Amino acid sequence: MMKKYVVLAGIATLAFSGAAIARPNPAGGTVSGKVTYEGTPAKMKPIDMSKEPSCAKMYTTPQLGETVVTGVGNSLENVVVYVSAGAPDDAAPATAAVLTQKGCRYIPHVLAFQINQEIKIQNEDQTSHNIHPLPKLNREWNKSQPPGTPAISEKYDKAEFFSVKCNVHPWMHGNFAVLKNSHFAVTGDGGTFTLANLPPGKYTITAWHESYGDQSQEVTISGSETKTVNFVFKAKPY
Amino acid sequence: MATMKIAKFFVNVAIAFLLPAALAAQQADQTPAAKPNPHMEAHIGKLVGHSEAGAALYYRYCWGCHGARGDGNGENAPYVTPTPRNFVAAIFKCRSTVTGFLPTDEDLYNSLYRGFITSNMPSWKALTAQNRADLVAFIKTFSARWVTEKPAEPIKVPEEPKVTLESIKHGKELSTKLECWKCHGPEGRGDGPSASTLTDSNDQPIRPYNFYTGYRFKCGATNHDLYKIFMTGVDGTPMPSFADVVKPEEAWDLVHYLRTLQIWHNSPELALWEGSPEGAAIVKDERTRNRDTGSGINP
Repeated sequence: MMKKYVVLAGIATLAFSGAAIARPNPAGGTVSGKVTYEGTPAKMKPIDMSKEPSCAKMYTTPQLGETVVTGVGNSLENVVVYVSAGAPDDAAPATAAVLTQKGCRYIPHVLAFQINQEIKIQNEDQTSHNIHPLPKLNREWNKSQPPGTPAISEKYDKAEFFSVKCNVHPWMHGNFAVLKNSHFAVTGDGGTFTLANLPPGKYTITAWHESYGDQSQEVTISGSETKTVNFVFKAKPY
Repeated sequence: MATMKIAKFFVNVAIAFLLPAALAAQQADQTPAAKPNPHMEAHIGKLVGHSEAGAALYYRYCWGCHGARGDGNGENAPYVTPTPRNFVAAIFKCRSTVTGFLPTDEDLYNSLYRGFITSNMPSWKALTAQNRADLVAFIKTFSARWVTEKPAEPIKVPEEPKVTLESIKHGKELSTKLECWKCHGPEGRGDGPSASTLTDSNDQPIRPYNFYTGYRFKCGATNHDLYKIFMTGVDGTPMPSFADVVKPEEAWDLVHYLRTLQIWHNSPELALWEGSPEGAAIVKDERTRNRDTGSGINP
């Protein structure tokens, strides 16, 4: 008899705690889901870093290009999922978004941040890099960053998706996503995303991939529920 | 007399009918578009340029390459490398201002006056100073950036110190530390390991400057111009700005060293360098071993 109650109490506690984890902020709803692809994605080529021995020596296996990064269950990484309509613009947070150059790669491959939020770019390699983001709406600048020099601090004032490159190391390629509000996520391994703290309303959720384009879905939040929104991209074989 | 008048009338009518057809026969996108800022002025010293006067000059001299819409898509553009400047994007190579910012009116005026060496942009010395000022004003009508952005302050260029061997040697150390050689090559011949992979911001192939073959730069020919090139960056190209990582005094050392790479151009820096044992050996080596592995042209 007692055991049954203990077990029931245990289950109840777990259920409540589970529920609490699913709704970190009882005041808002959540949109979560998974981004996958269908079809055959192009094979990423191994990068030849022999012209930069200081980076090449950091790797034991050849590094692959990151234009299309896939995972188990046809999941798609590096997809920016954000609220493109239905939410008001948010003020930029005080913390900076950080881009790191390490092993002659950009970490993360896709950096998502807000309008006027500070971005800090640091060079952890033993070689010089030049950081050359290529926006069309925002200011295009190009700065050299030798090893041991301080982080570069910049910000952008217009919403835009654009690429970043290093001219010295042509395989280095990243993306910046400058967004209007704080509701965004970048899918990682597994392709999942969660957008939390959404007040009641009708939202357009957009998923953007650097090679496969973007697609949108509408979702309505009425309280503090969790709505599932999944995206399926058509993979290109090249 | 009367027949002359009638003949003139018919000629005018003929032109009125034929001209629109001739214009239509050109590419469809040559129709001038509505401008974001139709009335602009340019101020270069005491000179004041007006875009209204610049318009007629532009549509006579410039639009063949730069296009009716100022976006670099003129009739000649497909046959021209490097591609003509896109005034709508308003990203300019030769500036006195920090990377990412618009040039000053004087920067644009100087570019017009000099032209761009090893490109299809000629020098416009043949026009009057007022013409050039009016053209600068007109170029500013193509992009809203000239209105929405605050005018950028030109960078402060400190006075050039005396050319000394120490300055040249320090410049040599700097150029190794800053890894200029990765693109420009160890002798500045534009044959560094990354040189062949370089592309500009429009994904067009571009080669780094070759110090071996010339003494003029894209953005001028003086030490002052050279200083500005790497302290403001050549926007729209792989050449970054070193303003945040090079101190102004150090920048002059780099200028003095870079002049010694131009071994076919008589400069006080080269003369001084050749007077030293280290410099003499290097210059003699470069002059006698004509490996010519550089790009040969300066895009």
